[in-house]
Amino acid sequence: MIKRRVKFTFPPDLVTQPVIYSMGKQFNVVTNIRRANVTRERGWVVLELSGEEDEITRALEWARNQGVRVDPLEGDILAG
Amino acid sequence: MSRVTGLSCRECGTLFSATPIHVCELCFGPLEVSYDYEVIGAQVSRASIAAGPPSLWRYKALLPVEGDRLVDTHAGWTPLIRAENLGRALGLRDVWVKNDTVNPTFSFKDRPVSIAANKALEFGFDTIACASTGNLAGAVAAAGAKAGLRPVIFIPADLEPSKIGAASVYGPTVVAVDGTYDDVNRLCSEIGDTYSWAFVNINVRPYYSEGSKTLAYEVAEQLGWQTPDRVVVPIASGSLFTKVWKGFNELLKLGLATGPRPKMVAAQAEGCSPVVQAYRARTLNVQPVRPRTIAKSLAIGNPADGYYSLKIIRESGGDAEAVSDAEIIEGIKLLARTEGIFAETAGGVTVATLKKLAEAGRVDPDERIVVYVTGNGLKTLEALAGQLAEPIRIPPSMSAFEAALTRSPQPVGGR
Repeated sequence: MIKRRVKFTFPPDLVTQPVIYSMGKQFNVVTNIRRANVTRERGWVVLELSGEEDEITRALEWARNQGVRVDPLEGDILAG
Repeated sequence: MSRVTGLSCRECGTLFSATPIHVCELCFGPLEVSYDYEVIGAQVSRASIAAGPPSLWRYKALLPVEGDRLVDTHAGWTPLIRAENLGRALGLRDVWVKNDTVNPTFSFKDRPVSIAANKALEFGFDTIACASTGNLAGAVAAAGAKAGLRPVIFIPADLEPSKIGAASVYGPTVVAVDGTYDDVNRLCSEIGDTYSWAFVNINVRPYYSEGSKTLAYEVAEQLGWQTPDRVVVPIASGSLFTKVWKGFNELLKLGLATGPRPKMVAAQAEGCSPVVQAYRARTLNVQPVRPRTIAKSLAIGNPADGYYSLKIIRESGGDAEAVSDAEIIEGIKLLARTEGIFAETAGGVTVATLKKLAEAGRVDPDERIVVYVTGNGLKTLEALAGQLAEPIRIPPSMSAFEAALTRSPQPVGGR
């Protein structure tokens, strides 16, 4: 069991979709939202996922395929 | 009493003890070093700073480093130059250049890494790590070598070998990660969570980033403890931008400097300008972008401090502008040909941004403006390939030389 903290950024067409709920239903991961900012045009959500590493990896891959941008909580770590 | 009160969350304000953590346990907001300015005020004066070493450690009382044992790579205390020639070329009367090309590894990154290396020792880490495509790698490798820490550097596997040579000489472990830019970020985030290392832009980031405040302290001290009216600062993650602002504000709060709160101008390359795009759209929401620019040292598509930088631009009455790759090259040449300073592409960005603002009448020609030049041009020579005049080739005769002289370029600067 591990925990992973990530930031989801939603494009306009996904803002009204229950992506995080669906992810929790389809994969055996616990989603824990800590901070978010959602407007009509776009949104981001900072959350923690708990579960087995492979399951978290699959869940995040699914979210990416839905059109969600998934980033580490820290933003870009790779610097100039 | 300690000068550092702890780490405070920039979102919810919760205070944590000063340990190697970077995220608020409650809201996952970023943490920042919090100080007791009464304690600092009692310890520091213009005279005590002036009596300090000619490095960033003259400001130790304003930095989150405890104890007297310091690993000193002699970063900082770089020249602030009155750029009369550049100012004349831009139609501005009081332009200054903060020349941070002359740091030990030739970029401003030596400043934050100096703090990170000392905190790594304080916290008992044996390894200092970063993910970098250039400047940060060199700074971490050098500071690690000096501090007796093991430097570990992550790079994308497709990075040109020349980019990492300037870091490899210090003997770090260099790990080339196969995969995309996003893959490197994700892996490093996971490594940062898993290994007990001082990862400079992860778990020791709150301390690391404080080192950039010294770029504000030095400018004010070098101007006779006066703050400038306006500063032009490049934005990659936005960390430097927010810390320059914090630095000026601290000096004013402590009464060490007098003058205005500087207008903060954010400078980015058009090919990686998420902060400028948000500024133009009048929003604080930064949309991540995929970088496509020659300014590799600023190529951060998802800037951690983008939101905070935008707030500062608003609060300071500042501005934001982006410049094309061609304008960056022209900026590098303009600075070199007016002031004799060879900047890397990030310096081309700040100079070109000031030029653009001056031409558009977005700066007062009489105000005091400081342009930050954060890295040395020898690091990005490839950006100038095919952009400079070829040597004038002549046979070994006086007449050929005299004919060639008539074709040689005239100086841009000078009196």
